[in-house]
Amino acid sequence: MTRITAWRRHPLARYAVLILALALVGTAYATFVQVSKPADAALASGKVDDVANGKSLFQAHCASCHGLNAEGTSTGPTLIGVGAASVDFQMSTGRMPASNPGAQVPRKPLPEWVDSDSISDIAAYVQSLGGGPTVPSGDQVDPALGDAAKGGELFRANCIQCHNWAGAGGALTRGKYAPNLNESSPTQIYEAMVTGPQAMPVFNDTTITPEEKRNMIAYIVQVREQTDPGGFALGRIGPVTEGLVAWVVGILALVLAAIWITAKKRQKS
Amino acid sequence: MSELTTVPKAVGGPSNWLDERLGGANFLKRNLRKVFPDHWSFLLGEIALYSFIILLLTGTFLTFWFKPSMEHVLYDGSYAPLQGVGMSAAYASSLEISFDVRGGLLMRQMHHWAALLFIAGMMVHMLRVFFTGAYRKPREINWIIGILLLTLALAEGLTGYSLPDDLLSGAGARITQGVAISLPLVGTYVSFFLFGGEYPGTDLISRFYALHILLIPGILLALISAHLVLMWVQKHTQMPGKGRANTNVVGAPFYPAFMAKAGAYFLFTLAVVAGLSTFAQINPIWIYGPYTPADISAGSQPDWYMGFLEGSLRIMPAWEINMFGTAHAGTLPLSVIIPALLPLGLVMTGLALYPFLERWITGDHREHHMAERPRNNPHRTSIGMAGISFYGVLWLLGANDEISAFFHINLNWTTYAGRVLVFAAPVLAYIITYRICLGLQRSDAEVVSHGVESGVIKRLPHGEFIEIHTPPAEDIEAHVRGKEPVAMLPMAEDPSGIPHKGMRGPIGKLRARMSKAYGGEKIPLVDGHGHEEEERAAVGPGEEDHTLTR
Amino acid sequence: MTDNEHEIEQPDERVPKRVIGTPPPGTPMLGEAEARDAGDAGGETPGITLQDEKRASGAEKLVALCFLLAFLGGVAFLVSYVVFQVGSPEATGVSNLALGSSLTVAVLGLAVGIVVWVRQIMPKYALVQERHLMVSGEDDREVVADTFVEGANESGFVKRKMMRRTLLLAAAPLGLIPLILLRDLDNTKMKATSFNKLLRHTVWGEKTVEGQPRRLIVEGTGQPIRAADFNSPGGILSIVPEGYEHDLNVLAKATLILIKFRPEELKSGVNKNWTHDGIVAYSKICTHVGCPAALYEQTTHHILCPCHQSTFDAADGAKVIFGPAARPLPQLPITVDNEGFLVAAGDFPVPVGPSYWERGDAEAEARAKGGQA
Repeated sequence: MTRITAWRRHPLARYAVLILALALVGTAYATFVQVSKPADAALASGKVDDVANGKSLFQAHCASCHGLNAEGTSTGPTLIGVGAASVDFQMSTGRMPASNPGAQVPRKPLPEWVDSDSISDIAAYVQSLGGGPTVPSGDQVDPALGDAAKGGELFRANCIQCHNWAGAGGALTRGKYAPNLNESSPTQIYEAMVTGPQAMPVFNDTTITPEEKRNMIAYIVQVREQTDPGGFALGRIGPVTEGLVAWVVGILALVLAAIWITAKKRQKS
Repeated sequence: MSELTTVPKAVGGPSNWLDERLGGANFLKRNLRKVFPDHWSFLLGEIALYSFIILLLTGTFLTFWFKPSMEHVLYDGSYAPLQGVGMSAAYASSLEISFDVRGGLLMRQMHHWAALLFIAGMMVHMLRVFFTGAYRKPREINWIIGILLLTLALAEGLTGYSLPDDLLSGAGARITQGVAISLPLVGTYVSFFLFGGEYPGTDLISRFYALHILLIPGILLALISAHLVLMWVQKHTQMPGKGRANTNVVGAPFYPAFMAKAGAYFLFTLAVVAGLSTFAQINPIWIYGPYTPADISAGSQPDWYMGFLEGSLRIMPAWEINMFGTAHAGTLPLSVIIPALLPLGLVMTGLALYPFLERWITGDHREHHMAERPRNNPHRTSIGMAGISFYGVLWLLGANDEISAFFHINLNWTTYAGRVLVFAAPVLAYIITYRICLGLQRSDAEVVSHGVESGVIKRLPHGEFIEIHTPPAEDIEAHVRGKEPVAMLPMAEDPSGIPHKGMRGPIGKLRARMSKAYGGEKIPLVDGHGHEEEERAAVGPGEEDHTLTR
Repeated sequence: MTDNEHEIEQPDERVPKRVIGTPPPGTPMLGEAEARDAGDAGGETPGITLQDEKRASGAEKLVALCFLLAFLGGVAFLVSYVVFQVGSPEATGVSNLALGSSLTVAVLGLAVGIVVWVRQIMPKYALVQERHLMVSGEDDREVVADTFVEGANESGFVKRKMMRRTLLLAAAPLGLIPLILLRDLDNTKMKATSFNKLLRHTVWGEKTVEGQPRRLIVEGTGQPIRAADFNSPGGILSIVPEGYEHDLNVLAKATLILIKFRPEELKSGVNKNWTHDGIVAYSKICTHVGCPAALYEQTTHHILCPCHQSTFDAADGAKVIFGPAARPLPQLPITVDNEGFLVAAGDFPVPVGPSYWERGDAEAEARAKGGQA
């Protein structure tokens, strides 16, 4: 106890407490703005080979909400005509099967039974019901084949109002949000544009061509993979985190410096 | 090494040359050893001063490459994802500074970080002056200059924010235009004159450039100089303490100690700005893309010092009046005018008038050179905290989309909460702060009248335990005893019951009532509480009194 | 000081000498930390207290080390400038890191060194200087007042009314000159009272140079759009006017958000005559302060403006359902030309964008003219 009291009263104690508080705030902050690493695994494109297997998987895992024949129920929309691209997007991002309804179904880790085979089987089954957008080929979404500068213009015209200039995401009305794009694979980005999952609008191939979509993917991938030349990116969300850092790091550091400069040592006599 | 006995020739020669022409020795004789009181909070204003110097230096560097032109060009610089994209020359040159000039990115980032710290430094300095009452006579002029500086700094920040002409800065210009055009009667003219015709035009950047690098910094420089000269002439306030009084200054001499401290603090400021610019990326314009009024990004935000205006615009309900129906006049977009002008006006006017209002209410016409401890003027401190929470709520709401996105809170609910909090938080802050101030005064009174708990427990003959108190250290006691009651108008009515002159009539009565509430001693330092009595009784007769009032 | 120390020393067996958690007798009862909290108040010996020479020479070594570090930082900056080139984000990042960190080290080394110097080598100062009231002496004030009166009279400024008044008269127009010089800031060569005519009009109301209705162009691709191609319900596009794809002044008023609905989703607020096959065009410029209101949720049909979060119901004439905007986004009449491309069928019925004094109740005006706002 004496030692603790003495430590508390040590001249450096107050700096230590301040620094500790700073570190805590910093750590808490870092956990909030951490930009997740881009998921790189491009998912295998759906090969239509086993509609029957897809159907049985569908009836086991999806039918409770979407109906035995994907005709839809009060808890889930019909899947006739949504296409394989929609199934691949929803399942490969973990959004489907959904666990609990809310303002928005979030991205989450895949359940055990979901892998590229089971997804492509269910996708093939849904595709067989009423057509719809198909899963893009590897070439269609290869960022290396796109023109990033051209894609950037389209990205700024169509995407950033919700997803932010660096794909960091943003808020929508009544609890909905535009998710961060950094976790999405090129295939998923393409599928999202073609199918318009949840609140997202549709950008079909006749208005924004597949080639233009590939340009946008090239831009997204290039920007998210590029180094931030100025230091830590602070979440790439603009002035909010910059202001936070100016106060929490800048002003706090200068206050500490001021305290040090003016601190008086008591004469020990 | 041996010490100097005379002025060395290298210093003496030029000094003599100068003195023969300027006669500076007389000034230096009086001022070289000018005493500056020491307290960490007295250095906060220097953050702003030194940030301003850094801004001048880095800003000059940037002007060597920046082209203040909205001419349309195709980008052909180093940044690949924008090559071949059409943009303004201003944006292209900002990219050039970032990617094609060595040290350019560092200077750009230092300029921006220094700008954020410039205004943050001004604000913490202003709060220190406010909460210690350092604006009181004779320092009201310097207080007003400070308010002007803060206002100009906001304008300087706004114009600078717009210069790179990226998508984010363009959004700021768009909102500026939307606010300008909403002004009653003159809005359209203001907008057309500012933008050189319809928005966005091709003149804005060059005009803001002239304001940003010449006019506003010129005025800032002049006012900052005046601010420092007044501070020098009036001498700095000091905290109460041993040997300190309203009639003296205790501290370190300008030469050599204060000079070295100030120099070191400038270097610290520079180091923090440089460090931030090394490790924290600010305003990455290459990610934002060129400006077009057709596009916008989620999370488009102003820099922090404009955040409270953004917040007040966001929480405002949709009010609009057409005073003359379909006639082509009389539209009042209240949902723009009120939030854009009212909070800023309230805060700035309130700050500017506060010294004069306080003087009117307290009737205190004395000079004050002792900094007041915030607890010792509880109403002022509470008003200040109410102001801070009002500003803080609006500021927070300026970021409600990011708060909503990253903490997964319903966006609309943040707005509803903000609409309530902007009124409730100041009231709560006032009440809580007032209580805390009185509590702290009480504990001060206890320390002075009662001593400090020693941690030594004594058992009395009849079995009761008491803790022995020890007197506070001399300097602490002097610090606490530096308290002065808040001044108050003379209240006594004359024998015939006629109130004092100046307190008749409704305004006079209000003034008297406010003076009574605002002024006076809430918790006297000595015999301020009955606790002492109890303890004496506990000690019992025959015991020596162990409480130590002096 | 004190009777309690005296009390502690009393040999009294019933009083424990020390209680766990308390300082031993004889130690100063006030901890250093508390003392320092208020430390600015004192603990200082008046006058100049020299530092202990032994400690000072120890500090000198520390200061020298800091200055050496600063020197190395400075040299590192110069070297980094030469060694690291800029260009790509990666190269620029390396250069920024090298230049920035060396500058920080250089400056921080100096700062820390000077602080140690001041604190441990320079003496402790507690010098006292007198303060005097700011007000000047009564005598001085009287002299100044007399001098002022004397000078005023000598100059004749008070006595000679004609001169004084003409001087004031001469000053008046001079004050106006700087103001009047700013009159041409607007560059439009128009009467100021007709500025608002520009605001009431967009290029959608004009035919193209070939005399055709103006086509809707997809922003970013630069292509016109066939109604038959824009066939996925829930789709949106950002639209700019043909011929003005890069004219920012035009875009600031004429940019559209084009939305494809299922026909049954449209409510009464939408003017169906101005739609084509479930395709509706609204102004993208928010009616609050003019940001592009472009966040569209296809499930709720909300259009959200990201700047101040005004929310519009796109299925119901873009009426305001949340936020500070007071008016719906104006709807543009659209149709298709003989090649099937979407074109504007006329201008907006009301001015787009933020409200302004001369706008008036344009919606009521448009309704009175028989249109739907």
